[in-house]
Amino acid sequence: MKRARILLNGELTNVTVNDNLDAVLADGTVIAQADADWQPPCDGKIFVLAINYADHAAELSFKAPDEPLVFLKAPNTLLGHNKNTYRPDGIDYMHYECELVAIIGKTAKNVSREDAMDYIGGYTVGNDYAIRDYLENYYRPNLRVKSRDTCTPVGPYIVDANEVADPHNLTLRTYINGELKQEGNTSDLVFNIPYLVEYLSNIMTLEPGDMIFTGTPEGLADVKPGDEIVTEVEGVGRLVNHIISEDDYLKTLG
Amino acid sequence: MRHSRILKDGVATELAIDPNQKQDMTSQQWLPATTGTVFGIALNDKELCASLEQAFNEKPHVNPPKTPVLHIKTPNTHIGYGAAIPAPADGTTIYAGPSVGIVIGKQATRVSEESAMDYVAGYTIVNEVSLAEGSFYRPAVKAKCRDGFCPIGPWVVNKEDVSSPEKLAINTFINDELVHSTSTDQLVHSLQKVVSYLSSFMTLQEGDLIIAGTPLRTEKLALKAGDTVAIEIDSIGRLENTVINEAELG
Repeated sequence: MKRARILLNGELTNVTVNDNLDAVLADGTVIAQADADWQPPCDGKIFVLAINYADHAAELSFKAPDEPLVFLKAPNTLLGHNKNTYRPDGIDYMHYECELVAIIGKTAKNVSREDAMDYIGGYTVGNDYAIRDYLENYYRPNLRVKSRDTCTPVGPYIVDANEVADPHNLTLRTYINGELKQEGNTSDLVFNIPYLVEYLSNIMTLEPGDMIFTGTPEGLADVKPGDEIVTEVEGVGRLVNHIISEDDYLKTLG
Repeated sequence: MRHSRILKDGVATELAIDPNQKQDMTSQQWLPATTGTVFGIALNDKELCASLEQAFNEKPHVNPPKTPVLHIKTPNTHIGYGAAIPAPADGTTIYAGPSVGIVIGKQATRVSEESAMDYVAGYTIVNEVSLAEGSFYRPAVKAKCRDGFCPIGPWVVNKEDVSSPEKLAINTFINDELVHSTSTDQLVHSLQKVVSYLSSFMTLQEGDLIIAGTPLRTEKLALKAGDTVAIEIDSIGRLENTVINEAELG
């Protein structure tokens, strides 16, 4: 089953997603993918892993960390499928990060690695944009880099965990305007999903809907207004996003 | 007016309290006074920053912070007045973090410092509990996001009822002994500035909370299981919580 949320007549509405990737309402009404107003598929805490692929760590001139390097985002940053993300004026480097997102399915506290996968409810695709110009060496990566309005597309839908045979062998790809720019595989995760669930649930209670963005492989590139960015995870989904200018974003604020 | 949230017949319920009426604090089960996202401003205390002046110019920091340093207190950390703060079972020391909390009153995107207060509903008291922080280089999820590490309350006081938010005395008591005194005049970045700064790239929603700044966590602020910790702030009230060993939570 694929589950999503769309905005319908101003109401956040739960839908399922059919094989054409259209939204299906509870009464069976089909809303074509292009016509649906896709929203982030869940609410919850937003955990993101930094440098969790060995190749990406090398790309950033970092040694892979000894323990998970986790940061948090706030809900303001989330955006659904097929939406616009703005690039601030006057910056040099804004890049996408294609990530497999594991979603907690039931309350988890002090869960062992052996039991951890029982607590995953499903998976979706995340695009963890970053603006490197704003990096500072305090609580790095700092919120100004990572928790910005419009900077975290997620979706389009959640695939139930039992429909993803091996979440640790999925190809991730990012395309800018149709050109393949980033490719990796979740088999290269430094800290895999069971490790992350154990690590986080030893710190705090995890709840259904909490999202773990598991990190991104190498292959980053700058994005510009007008670009179409597609991040996809094999067997999970294909998340489309468009880059707009800060001026065009400000017009949407009214 | 004071605005609190209580558990009534198992349901979260809003309760408005006239400040002129004496409130029996034991008569209610208090919930966190706010329900939105909770942001904290780290390194926003003059004494704390002075103590780190040299470290700011060394690796890994290299330079002092150019902008306010932000963190997030996740929902699992939020607890109400009177609730127990769980201390780690392994005996790791935890520290109180007394601060005024700025409560957002309406959606705020890109607001100026001059207009920032138009978007503020009022103030509350926050105990931003933390483990010791050896470094400020990486996000402090382990130190700051344990369950129950963010008492908020007991209520939100309307901003109109707080005449001088820029110089509010903040006193911390452990087991009824005054252990720490500070004031909002010790903040590096003003209340207006932090609201404006956050809104420059994050849309703030009604009910979001900003923890303005916590002091240097000396041993005076260390808490252990069995302690009662209370924070009193002028014009707002008193936030009191107990500390228990998390192993007792079962």
